Amino acid sequence: MPSASRVLTLPPLSFHLQHHTLRNGLRVVLAPDRQVPAVAIAVYYDVGFRSEPQGRTGFAHLFEHLMFQGSANLEKLEHFHYVQSSGGTFNGSTRLDYTNYYEVLPAHALERGLFLEADRMRSPRITEENLANQIDVVKEEIRVNVLNRPYGGFPWLQLPQLMYDTFPNAHNGYGGFEDLNNATVADASSFFDSYYAPANAVLSITGDFDPDQALEMVERHFAPIRRRRKPKRPDFAEPPLTAERRTVVVDELAPIPALAIGYRVTDPGADFRRYLATVLLAEILSNGDASRLHRSLVQSKGLVTDVSAYLGTFGDPLEERDPTRLNITAHYPDRGATDAVLAAVDAELVRLAEDGTEPGELHRACIQLAALISGELDNVMNRGQEFAKFELLFGDSSLILRLPGLLSEITDDDLRAVAAALTPTSRAVVEVVPGAAR
Amino acid sequence: MSAPTLVPGLTAPARPKKLSSSERVLASGLRVVAIRRPTVPMVEVRLRIPFFSAKPGHLARSSLLSRTLLTGTAEHDRTELAIALGDLGAELSVGVDADRLVLSASGIASGLPALLGLYAELLTSASYPSAEVAGERGRMLERIAMSRSQAGVVAGEALAERLAPGHPYGRTLPTEQEVTATTRAQLRSLHSSLVRPDGALLVIVGDISPARALAAAESALAGWTGTAPAPKAPPLPPIAASPLLVLDRPGSVQTAFRFGGPGVGRQDERYPALQLANLIFGGYISSRWVENIRERKGFSYSPRSAIEHSALRSSFTVSADVATEVTAPAMLETLYELGRMASGPVTEAELESVRQYAIGTLALSTATQAGLATTVSGLLGVGVELDWLVNHPLRLARVTVADVAEVSAQFLAPRALVGVAVGDAAAITGPLAGIVEVESSVGN
Repeated sequence: MPSASRVLTLPPLSFHLQHHTLRNGLRVVLAPDRQVPAVAIAVYYDVGFRSEPQGRTGFAHLFEHLMFQGSANLEKLEHFHYVQSSGGTFNGSTRLDYTNYYEVLPAHALERGLFLEADRMRSPRITEENLANQIDVVKEEIRVNVLNRPYGGFPWLQLPQLMYDTFPNAHNGYGGFEDLNNATVADASSFFDSYYAPANAVLSITGDFDPDQALEMVERHFAPIRRRRKPKRPDFAEPPLTAERRTVVVDELAPIPALAIGYRVTDPGADFRRYLATVLLAEILSNGDASRLHRSLVQSKGLVTDVSAYLGTFGDPLEERDPTRLNITAHYPDRGATDAVLAAVDAELVRLAEDGTEPGELHRACIQLAALISGELDNVMNRGQEFAKFELLFGDSSLILRLPGLLSEITDDDLRAVAAALTPTSRAVVEVVPGAAR
Repeated sequence: MSAPTLVPGLTAPARPKKLSSSERVLASGLRVVAIRRPTVPMVEVRLRIPFFSAKPGHLARSSLLSRTLLTGTAEHDRTELAIALGDLGAELSVGVDADRLVLSASGIASGLPALLGLYAELLTSASYPSAEVAGERGRMLERIAMSRSQAGVVAGEALAERLAPGHPYGRTLPTEQEVTATTRAQLRSLHSSLVRPDGALLVIVGDISPARALAAAESALAGWTGTAPAPKAPPLPPIAASPLLVLDRPGSVQTAFRFGGPGVGRQDERYPALQLANLIFGGYISSRWVENIRERKGFSYSPRSAIEHSALRSSFTVSADVATEVTAPAMLETLYELGRMASGPVTEAELESVRQYAIGTLALSTATQAGLATTVSGLLGVGVELDWLVNHPLRLARVTVADVAEVSAQFLAPRALVGVAVGDAAAITGPLAGIVEVESSVGN
């Protein structure tokens, strides 16, 4: 029978981490765990959408594709072959503030994996032919994920344009077709020289390996890569919104309307406690059937088909630096209900700001997040990625392990303060309306 | 130290660790399997209940049941249930397909007895409150409309119909009329009839003692009893050779094409060879077809082929989304690569690569609590015992080039497959008709 009589706690996570920095500046995080039957390698470079040049929207992501097209000692297709024929899998992704590359392999393929990452850190093989091919592949990716899909790229492609005023924050990170077509091999060389220096990257190794042997392998393969200057990261800050911004976007493929609200939030690097209170707020607003927005907008008022509140561009609250945002999205059948949906969201934020949380609500949000983090870290590849990401963005790979404790220190007052700041004048609203069919 | 110029070889592989599981069949007929995996202080639960039915309306009813199962019981309303789960750091979701209903949960390991108590409450006293049924029915219609606005969903529906016309497997989404006609009384009746423990499977994996997990399950679920009537499964019709079906999506910037044909199940002696043949053709990025239409020609972002398993049948499927203007060339390359698999040998190097990939990814799929729970539930749920996980790599190791040629000739031949293409018919029908026999439809 359900009972809240006994309050559960989650034992702290303990993974042993070792840190090294090579002479060329590459930061290395080792997280051995002999229980796992595999080893995960992740390389994070401190460059993402925000750093791509004007006239080259989508370039950081296109460059990520090019990093798989061969390198100093490897022909095209060989990177894929070596990982997969070793029994492993791989991928890469591009975010606002980083680009990552990772593979998970049987433990006996560790050195091979390190060689593959080192070889492209040394010198990716970028040719006219590979560039043209990958421009085509990226355009197909954009067609399948954006152009040929209802709500394609919603809201991450629409919201930034409305709520930010500078190119780095506002532009389309997938890229316009014209900009993609204009990309050159020279652009790629220059991008590599600027941002792919060893000193601008973090390497993590997680799973079944001996740390001393692994460090020897890292030295063997990565230390010979020439040291290059670490680029200075520009300040991307923008002033907060002072008046509501609204826009309407027509989506020819969408069957029903949708909206996205964006609020600028605290810089996680400046006030981490306040930022974590915002993370908990998003949880309380929309995680599960007992959440505030679900109860009000879905169950009680029947206004929306679904509603979601989350931080960051892609739903990971801790994967970008300032400026970042809180998103609230909803799909709803009646276009005339837009203002009612906004009013219902406002009412829940005001209620939280004025009355605070219900008994047990804050603790529940903490334990749900702690459980989520535990589940994520069970996967050796996720764990390796988290360690590298936290090292890169926050200079502290073990911060992820301390998050449950830090979340539990957030108080009702912290939460009320962040809810009170989410006012109509501080938001941007993108409304999606179905196209000609309506 | 100079830079290495050769790719390092592999060191000696570690022996796979043996999986030790404990199990008990309860008096109710529920089979419970528990596996200790203390990697993080969490537990994963999978309850799998056979749910096949050929009765009219079952698709809509089972879908709506899965959406309303968590909205109320005799003792608690929707919010109270969600709070009880949240306090356990647990998430519980309900999934359904033509074969089974699955209640999947993860939660903090020390909360397992309470989590199983919630399972018991849902299984024995889910109440399907009228207002919740009405609300979810409306939202389900909106979600179906959203699904059908995606080319891939429309293509998937059409392919299912081609593979199993007139059979429950032939449909993936209910019609609006079927959903609208579904009543609370039907959901309660369906629950009462099919949500029964005899023949169901409960898998528990995590930071738990198997003995205590089995005892907790036995104690929590003692009140859940009964046997569902044996389903009358109509025989699957043979897959009939047919022209490529073109479904019009006016103005579409891409064509979603899907092919499907028969396959074999995991216990069939040809399965290891078919699994490897699929990988060589299009099952991973180093495959012939993906290298061709993605890495050489840039026609598609994520073309893929797969062996998919249902209780009554396994299938070989091929799917790609390609730009409208290259639809016919992409189709030509696809048929070429399929035909090349069916008519000529693969190389030893190709075979060795997919063999290692298949063995490695099988190990990875069971390397987490959640992955292990899902894999074990999926295998035992269709009658494959856990020694399969140990023996399958050995079978993969024995597959020869000749074995791959034999299954490819039978299952990967273009003539063995049926296909659909969802795209801008005005732009693609003509070019496609130059390559394959085409049948046009204004929709289904």
